[in-house]
Amino acid sequence: MPSLSRPTLLIVPLMGFMVLTYVVPFLGVAAWSVTLPEPGLGQYQAALTDPLVLSVFLRTFRVCLVVTVITVGASYMVTLLWVRGTRMQRVLIEMCILIPFWISVLTRAFGWLALLSTKGILNTWAQNLGFLAEPLTMVRNEFGVVVGMVHFLIPFAAFPLASAMRAVDERALLAARGMGAGRTRVFAQVFVPMTAPGILGAGLVVFVFALGFFVTPAILGGGRSVMAAELIYLRIFQSPNWGLGAAISVILMVTVGGLLAVMMRRARPAAPR
Amino acid sequence: MINRPGPLAICVAAVVAVFLLMPLIAVIPVSFTPNRYLSLPDGEWSLRHYQALIDNPAWARGLGLSIGIGIVSASLATGLGLAFSLGIWIVQPRFAGLLMGIALLPMVAPPVVSALTLYFFLITLSKFNDFLAYDTWAGVALAHSVMIAPYAVVLITVALAQVDRRIDLAARGMGASLARRVRHVILPSIRFGVLSALLLTFVLSWEEIGVTLFITSVDAVTLPRLMWMGLRDNIDPAIAAISVILIGVVAAVILIRTLWLATRDAQAR
Repeated sequence: MPSLSRPTLLIVPLMGFMVLTYVVPFLGVAAWSVTLPEPGLGQYQAALTDPLVLSVFLRTFRVCLVVTVITVGASYMVTLLWVRGTRMQRVLIEMCILIPFWISVLTRAFGWLALLSTKGILNTWAQNLGFLAEPLTMVRNEFGVVVGMVHFLIPFAAFPLASAMRAVDERALLAARGMGAGRTRVFAQVFVPMTAPGILGAGLVVFVFALGFFVTPAILGGGRSVMAAELIYLRIFQSPNWGLGAAISVILMVTVGGLLAVMMRRARPAAPR
Repeated sequence: MINRPGPLAICVAAVVAVFLLMPLIAVIPVSFTPNRYLSLPDGEWSLRHYQALIDNPAWARGLGLSIGIGIVSASLATGLGLAFSLGIWIVQPRFAGLLMGIALLPMVAPPVVSALTLYFFLITLSKFNDFLAYDTWAGVALAHSVMIAPYAVVLITVALAQVDRRIDLAARGMGASLARRVRHVILPSIRFGVLSALLLTFVLSWEEIGVTLFITSVDAVTLPRLMWMGLRDNIDPAIAAISVILIGVVAAVILIRTLWLATRDAQAR
């Protein structure tokens, strides 16, 4: 095979592919943001001053923050059992994490609709048992969005947390116990600090994922509590303002890029420059 | 292990575990409702929504399209990713970090930005041809390949990191050509990595909806796109029926894997 005679040539196809299908088109989108409908930075000015767009950004940020805190907290507890539980507990928890992980986001959002909507399972039960006179509205609002996003993101937080917990030196815990610390104290003052880098990493991963999230908020928010990603969709397909959609995309991309740069720097503080 | 989680930790973890399984279990009774809208079967259970999956040809078409697109895009993405990862591993170029960054771009960028980017790409292509264009199967397969190739790169690079370089050096020292080294030395040691890359990329393409939503409208309707249409306005309980089937398949595969691992561990002891 002559093409394999120079190993550098192996790198070329994927690089060419990515530049052609991704890098150049993204520059095209960026070009939209400064040319549609007229040349200039007007769309960025609009995105950063229009109260509607600003309120969407604010909601996106708030929802992502809430989702990140709940997801990391819940994942931490469930991962604790996954890594340090008995054999049976580990197997059970692993299935509870892996099965949702492999199931499509649509199916999972639909499951929440079936549970939470006004004619859904929880409302039907609560009404039949007499707890509720009127059905509670739990979807098509921020509550539903948060529940759906937390559910989607827990596995993604569990993986980095698990590797952080597996790296904890058992002897440090043993030493703390030997010096008279109780179980709670060992957990709070030894175990949690030792896994802090994992908590931070998981938090950043979840936050970055949540920022660009589209499907779950669109289904469970029902067009009421629009987030940044859905706003882009609406500006491209429903009430077209392509320039604004493109500008919001560029802002999202830059935000995520900045967060990832922070993450990389924290992960390798001593990396040679 | 001295510090097993205490009863409180177990209770909290159990609550989270139930939370994780709840929506998956919830779709089961809903799929048997006799009504046309999302509801619980009230006494009477019906299979009409499963029947609808068979009767409505759109579901079979979506299934076929999704499988076809999955096979094409997983093969393309894994092929490109394999070549790239091999190249990086063998050459160890100076700018490996930058090259890796470009290769992983679609994985780390917000999905909606990728969706808009690929929409731009495909409507631009649509001006020049009808085959690789907006709302065609080839266009979707190409866009999926872009989105899933980074995952192939990651899995194969991880597999390559386990390979002992000295074996390859020995082969090289004995005069093996590059093609021979790849075929007889490197590939056999990373075949599990390549297979898992194929499987993961297929599954990712199979469930892809974020990008697909932007680049299709009425012709290239994949299975997730069809589910999306049934979810948006009037919720179609046929979605529950198809969901139950998909959940069943995933749960069965993971259950079998868990049992297989458990028996293997038991035998090893």
